[in-house]
Amino acid sequence: MSEPLPAATVDGAAAPPLSAWHRLQDSDIVYSFRRAPTAIASALILALFVLVAVFAPWIAPQNPFDPAVLDLVDARLPPAWLPDGQLRFPLGTDGQGRDLLSVLMYGLRISLLVSSCATLFALAVGVTLGLVSGYLGGRVDNLIMRLADMQLSFPTILVALLIDGLSRSLLPRSVHEQLAVLVVIFAIGISTWVQYARTVRGATLVEKSKDYVHAAKLIGMGPLRILFKHVLPNVLGPVLVIATLSLGLAILTEATLSFLGLGVPPTSPSLGTLIRIGNEVLFSGEWWVTVMPGVCLVVLVLAINLLGDWLRDVFNPKLK
Amino acid sequence: MSAAGPSQGANPAPPGGSAAAQAASVGAHQFAAGPSQGANPAPPGGSAAAQAAGVGAQHASEAPLLRVDGLRVEIPTRRGVLLALDDISFAIAPGEILGFVGESGAGKSLTGMAVLGLLDPPGRIAAGEVWLGGRRIDQLAPREMRRVRGKEIGAVFQDPLMSLNPLLQIGEQLIETIQTHLAVDQREATERALGLMRAVGIPAPEARFTAYPHQFSGGMRQRIVIALALCAEPRLVVADEPTTALDVSIQAQVLQLLRQLCREQRTAMLLVTHDMGVIAETADRVAVMYAGRIVEIGAVEDVIQAPVHPYTRGLMGAIPTLDETVGPLAQIDGAMPRLNARPEGCAFHPRCPDAIARCREQGPRLVAQGPRQVACWVAGPPQEVAQ
Amino acid sequence: MLRFLSTRLWNGALVMIGVSFISFLLFNYIGDPVNNLLGERATVEQREAMRAALGLDQPLLLRFFNYIGLAARGEFGISYRNIEPVSQVLMSRVPATLELSLCAAVLALGVGVPMGVYAGIRRNAWGAQLLQVVSLIGISIPSFLTGIILILIFSVELNWLPAYGRGEIVRLGGWTTGFLTSTGLKSLIMPSITLALFQLTLFMRLVRSEMLEVLRTDYIKFARARGIVDRSIYFHHALKNTLVPVITVAGLQLGSLIAFSIITETVFQWPGLGLLIIQAITFGDIPVIAAYLMLIALLFVTINVVVDLLYFRVDPRVRIE
Repeated sequence: MSEPLPAATVDGAAAPPLSAWHRLQDSDIVYSFRRAPTAIASALILALFVLVAVFAPWIAPQNPFDPAVLDLVDARLPPAWLPDGQLRFPLGTDGQGRDLLSVLMYGLRISLLVSSCATLFALAVGVTLGLVSGYLGGRVDNLIMRLADMQLSFPTILVALLIDGLSRSLLPRSVHEQLAVLVVIFAIGISTWVQYARTVRGATLVEKSKDYVHAAKLIGMGPLRILFKHVLPNVLGPVLVIATLSLGLAILTEATLSFLGLGVPPTSPSLGTLIRIGNEVLFSGEWWVTVMPGVCLVVLVLAINLLGDWLRDVFNPKLK
Repeated sequence: MSAAGPSQGANPAPPGGSAAAQAASVGAHQFAAGPSQGANPAPPGGSAAAQAAGVGAQHASEAPLLRVDGLRVEIPTRRGVLLALDDISFAIAPGEILGFVGESGAGKSLTGMAVLGLLDPPGRIAAGEVWLGGRRIDQLAPREMRRVRGKEIGAVFQDPLMSLNPLLQIGEQLIETIQTHLAVDQREATERALGLMRAVGIPAPEARFTAYPHQFSGGMRQRIVIALALCAEPRLVVADEPTTALDVSIQAQVLQLLRQLCREQRTAMLLVTHDMGVIAETADRVAVMYAGRIVEIGAVEDVIQAPVHPYTRGLMGAIPTLDETVGPLAQIDGAMPRLNARPEGCAFHPRCPDAIARCREQGPRLVAQGPRQVACWVAGPPQEVAQ
Repeated sequence: MLRFLSTRLWNGALVMIGVSFISFLLFNYIGDPVNNLLGERATVEQREAMRAALGLDQPLLLRFFNYIGLAARGEFGISYRNIEPVSQVLMSRVPATLELSLCAAVLALGVGVPMGVYAGIRRNAWGAQLLQVVSLIGISIPSFLTGIILILIFSVELNWLPAYGRGEIVRLGGWTTGFLTSTGLKSLIMPSITLALFQLTLFMRLVRSEMLEVLRTDYIKFARARGIVDRSIYFHHALKNTLVPVITVAGLQLGSLIAFSIITETVFQWPGLGLLIIQAITFGDIPVIAAYLMLIALLFVTINVVVDLLYFRVDPRVRIE
């Protein structure tokens, strides 16, 4: 992080210190952001998607879950820019006459909801375990890292898939229906905690050996306070990068699980579910039912990945 | 303890005891008293010591091997263009060892890198000329410059562990370097490589030929680095802090090796270091750098015993000697300015005890004063009489 | 070296024990283990005999050992869906998945690594920049979507390639191969590309970033300072150091291929292990799920140990310690 430049005067006195707002504006992050058009565009797109997802029930042209609104006459209409398309249904309709744009909005909502919860869950578990592991060391550290290693031998998608699949076998069907969303969040979260834990543990080990932590211990500061006040701020940067990229991955994982028929229940379809439904009618020529949610998914994840890449460059000390 | 003569301060008396004993390094390690060095008017020829002493006098008459004129290195950053090196001019005669000394960030390493053509981007040479043996090299095409490196200019970097590729055997690295520059076959290259390893003092080279860098100690590794630097028989070696990363006990050996090899092959050296003791022990002439400029340049003995520039005087005053007890060490107030906060005029004036009004307005240039050059309005020669 | 290896093996053994236990619990407590082993059509006597043989009234640990013993002999019971022995079902699906994974691996490494090297060396050429953009898009598209788009273009629109199945396969002893028929080969194209794409972009980005890191090191700088030719710097000095971490990742990605084949096989209805497990989960075919778990765990543990050994072989620094 750069400090503000004092004006060079003959006697070397520094100019008055700048306010926090000025320092933020002057900081590396904001500077770099302003000059990275891809980062700006990605952030805007992401913000747009989040807004649509949050306000979907209010801004969707049609409520696709209300059977009274649907009319089979409107079924299978192509997007508005093709012949036979109608402006009323800008992205076309599906086999039931549901407006694809509205369905997309709701799907986006579920996708974002599930994946952000999963990411937060993974972050909470991973960061906590990482802090504990790094700070306590010894057998606790050993155990946690062993667990992490063992889990790492398996690809995350497999772990998530197996947890979801197992829960399906273990729980009676009705119970599973109700808990499906929670199960997905849990499955994806558990499959991704490890990278947080490792990074945080590494940073904790580095900070733990520094003098100011020793000093804090000497004056009697409790370990929790030390961890949160001193170690955590130093770790936030890399954790933020991981979280951003991990969000993108969570969205893809959730979409994959839903596509495979696991994941969220069909009553609250995510983008993945929509793609699966569309896939079944692929050969009848109604490509928009699959492609529209697909495009939406790709743009969303791309924006997140671009943002994450830029964040990683900002926080990479070697590139400064 | 060295066999020092009577302790001498910064008085211009003719040098008596060795300069080495005089200037214990800033890092405070003590060398054994070596032969006296410096440009005292001893007759050339005779003992090695006298010969070394005469080297300075000889150099003045030969055409320089390396000539740098008005070198200016800039680093464009997001906050504007930083001036890292300003108007650097010096010359190195064949077989001469010129030391560059100064604090971290003064620009010593950059000078060496600029000569090698290995400035890290976005740093670039903005102005000035670099001439090697009558040929201009700072504007060569990359392919040409590659041929110059290794064959005409060698390099020794600071950390031998970082300098050697951990996955390649050292014999392999030696042979490749040799064959890149000399048209020899495998067998002869191997012979040469083994010979080099012996020359730098690696015991049982045949056995260690297929070893990897991490299997050697730090001192051995640096010897290998030196072997690699010299294997194509360059005329000039840029040594950037060659002993800083080594154990104190090994530093003297490695320095002696460097000096000996250079003398034997009449290789010139641009020696960069922050350690005055290294300079005193090894170099013929020294250039003192401050904030990207050379403030004083002259024979080692002269500069160490009779520094002229206020900064150099401050540096020498800060060095403890073993021979006498002075009061608390003199410090220079303040710190060297960062590249983006350079004062107007002379960069040293905020810390200089002798500063006058002119120092605030205009930066002084290097001007000859007898056999040395000084950049100072106050301590240097009157500008009207400048060359 | 021995100590290193033994830690790995010990970890692997722990994983196997853990997964086997889960498998065992699944097998014995969800649904009827007797049914699992004998199938629906067994007689009462057979059931009684099995019950005694299984020792269902015995303590847990003993039954666990029994289970492992049976598993080691390949006895995983009868599949609910197919009414066939599970081991038979599994074995019949293995060739399909392996052939697909092999093609994808060759594609991912053979294209991804060179492209990454190119992008690392010529980092500012427009080709490299384009590759960066394309690779970023590549890791933003989920596998299944790639498959669907390919099907849309090449099967639905152009009708050049078959969308589903393996085509004609040839039986060679216990193996079934699609390499020897034209429909078999054609059927391999789209699924291989789909399976390889994610890995390919991953390798490309990884190799590029490793290459850039290596080219910034002091030893490369020193090599340049010695006047070593560019070609040697890139392909002799830098490449070696770049590939060492890539090897570890490549090995682990092999396991990833097996995981991602689940998705690809579902999209293309490819009759391999991946499609099998999805069908098993949807159907609730416990014996198959339990067996699959153990098989997968064994596979990954083996892959990890082999990769570690490989790393050992390749990096001299690790060897000496």
